[in-house]
Amino acid sequence: MSTVLELLNTALRQAMTIDDRVVLLGEDILDPYGGAFKVTRGLSTAFPERVYTTPVSEAGMVGVASGMALRGLRPVVEIMFGDFLSLAADQLVNHAAKFRWMYNDQLCVPLVIRTPMGGRRGYGPTHSQSLEKHFLGLPGLRVLAPTLFGDPGALLASAILEDDDPVLFVEHKLLYPLTVHNETTLNEFSLSTTNNSAKNSPSAYTTLSPPLSLFPYPSYTLSLRDAPRPVLTMVAYGFMAELCHQAQLHLAYDHEVFTELVIPTQLSPFCLDPVCTSAEQTKRALVIEEGTITLGWGAEVLARLSESIGQNLHAVRRLAALDLPIPASIQLEEMILPGIDQIITMARSMV
Amino acid sequence: MLDNATLYRSLYRIRRFEETVLAEFTSGHFSGTTHTCLGQEANAVGVLSGLHAEDIVVSNHRSHGHFLAYGGDMHALFAELMGKPAGVCGGRGGSQHLHWRNFYSNGVLGGTLPLAVGMALAEKHLATQAIVVVFLGDGTLGEGVLYESLNMASLWNAPILYVLENNRLAQTTPIELNLAGSIEDRFESFGIPVRELDTSDVVEIAAASNQSLDEVRTRVSPETLILNTHRFGPHSKGDDPRPSEEISRLRQTRDPVSIQGIRLADEHRSQIDAEVEAEVRGAFQAALSDPFPPQNFPD
Repeated sequence: MSTVLELLNTALRQAMTIDDRVVLLGEDILDPYGGAFKVTRGLSTAFPERVYTTPVSEAGMVGVASGMALRGLRPVVEIMFGDFLSLAADQLVNHAAKFRWMYNDQLCVPLVIRTPMGGRRGYGPTHSQSLEKHFLGLPGLRVLAPTLFGDPGALLASAILEDDDPVLFVEHKLLYPLTVHNETTLNEFSLSTTNNSAKNSPSAYTTLSPPLSLFPYPSYTLSLRDAPRPVLTMVAYGFMAELCHQAQLHLAYDHEVFTELVIPTQLSPFCLDPVCTSAEQTKRALVIEEGTITLGWGAEVLARLSESIGQNLHAVRRLAALDLPIPASIQLEEMILPGIDQIITMARSMV
Repeated sequence: MLDNATLYRSLYRIRRFEETVLAEFTSGHFSGTTHTCLGQEANAVGVLSGLHAEDIVVSNHRSHGHFLAYGGDMHALFAELMGKPAGVCGGRGGSQHLHWRNFYSNGVLGGTLPLAVGMALAEKHLATQAIVVVFLGDGTLGEGVLYESLNMASLWNAPILYVLENNRLAQTTPIELNLAGSIEDRFESFGIPVRELDTSDVVEIAAASNQSLDEVRTRVSPETLILNTHRFGPHSKGDDPRPSEEISRLRQTRDPVSIQGIRLADEHRSQIDAEVEAEVRGAFQAALSDPFPPQNFPD
C-alpha cells in the first residue's frame, strides 16, 4: 500500500538507477529538505552528481534542461508550484515543444517537467491553480496527469525513460498522501484499462507527420460491478477522478444513478476513443475538471465527442471551477472549485 | 589560424549569400522574413575559425552567417529559405530555425541562452570536451532569461563562450534608447570574464576569439567576447530608418570584406570573387530547381 508520493519518489530513484543519463533539476530539492512536497527526498544523497538544486529561475532551469535533453541527457525538472509554469512558458512553447518538428525530426527532446497543481489547501490565488489547460493542445508537448488509478510511479518512469518528447507531468497536490487504489479498495468496481496503441501508424504524409507519437499512455474506465447498465459517462483526470469515483458510489447507492467513469492519464494529445466507447452506450457525458471552465479541457473533450457521436447523445455538460482566481479563504475556495456534491447534483440533473 | 585567402572567401561567401537573399526576396523566390548579417560577417568567420569539430554553436534570428561559417551547406540554406524539402530542416524551420550537426538556431531572443548552458553542462557531464559558442546581440540584453542563464553558467562552470555582437541597434531602436548601465559589467557581475573588441577585421577577431575559446576549454567555465560591430542592412528587409549617409560611411570604414580583401593580391582576390559568385549562383539555381513539398494533406 503505497502513497502517490512514495510511488513517485521510488520511480525517480529507479529511473536514476536504471539510466545514468537521468538528471534532476529544481528549487530546494536537495536533502535534507528534499523538495517542497518531498517528491525528490533522498535522491541528492543517492545521486549527488545528478541532482541540481537551481536558483529561483523557472525559465532558466527549463531551458537548461532542454539543452541537456538536446545533448543526450534525460532531465527531469521540478517546478515547485504549477502556478510558476507561466514563468517557463516560452521555454515550453517556443523551444522544447517546437524543436523536434521544427528541426525536421533530426533530434528529440526527452524532457520531463513535473509540477504539483491544484487547490483545496488554502494556498490562495497564485499557489492553487490548475494551469495545465494553457499547455494543452500545444503541438509537440505531451501532458500527463497521474491519478489513484493505475500506477503513478510507472507512468512517471515511463515518461522519463521511454518518452523521447517533452512531457508536462501534472501532479495534483492532494494526491501525494493518498494511497492508490487496488483490488480491495475497488472490489465493488470493474476497472478496465485501455492501453492505447503504443505508436500511431506511420504517417503517409511525411511533410506533416505529427510531432510526437500520439497516445502511448493508458486510460481507465471504472463502473460498478454487477450493477444496472450505466446511464452517464463521467470523464475526469487527476484528483477530480477520485472525487468522481466517490460520487459514483453516492449516485449508485443514494440515487440509483449508475455511471461509468473514464480516467485518462494523457490529457494532450487526447485520445477520445475510451470516452466515445462509453458515451455511445450511456448517451450522456459529463466532463469534470478543477481548472476554470471557460475554454478548458472539458470544452475540447465535449466538442470532439459531439463531432464524433453527437447525433447519439442526449446530454453533455461540463463541471469545472468558476472563472475566478482561487481565494485564500478555504470557505470561498470550496465555493469556486467543483466538489462531490456538485458532481452528484449535475449528474442527477442529466439522467 | 586560417590563411588570409580562406578567411576572405568565407567572408565573401556570406556577403554574397545575404545580398542574394535580399535581392531575390523582391523577385518572390523567398517568403516570410529574413535577417541578414551584412557588415557583421567577420564575427561569424573569426569566432568560428577556432571551433573544434565536436563543439556546439547556438545562434539566433540572424543566423545565416553563423551557419555558413560553421560549414553549413549553402544550397541547403537557400532551399530552407525557399521552404523546400531539400532545405536544412526540410522547409519547416526557415531562416531563423536551423539545425545541422551541432548547430542550432531559434528565433526568440534570449530563449536559446539557457539552452546553451544546458548543452554545455551535458557535454561536461558526458566528458566530451566539447564547448558551446552562443551568439547574442545587444537587443537580447533586454531579455530577463539572459541573466538567469549567466547566473547558472557561472554557478555551474558551464564551458560557454558568449559572443555578443553589439551593432548598437535593436531592430530599429538605437542602444541609447533601450540600455542602461554597462554591457561589460552585466557579465562581470556574474563572475564571467569579458574580452572586448571594436573592429571589423576578421584576423583581429579570430585572434581574440581563439584566446577566449582556449580559456573556456582550459578553465571549463564561461567567458564573454563583446564584438562591437555594424550592420549595413536593415533588421529584416525594409526596416532601416538610418540615414543612407551613415550606412555609406560605415561601408567605407568598417567593411570586413574590404578590410580582409586588401590583404590579397588583386588577381587572387578576383579569382576568389569569381569562384564565390559562381558558387552562390549555382547554389541558388539548384535550390530554385528543387521541388516544393508535396501538397497532400491528411484526411
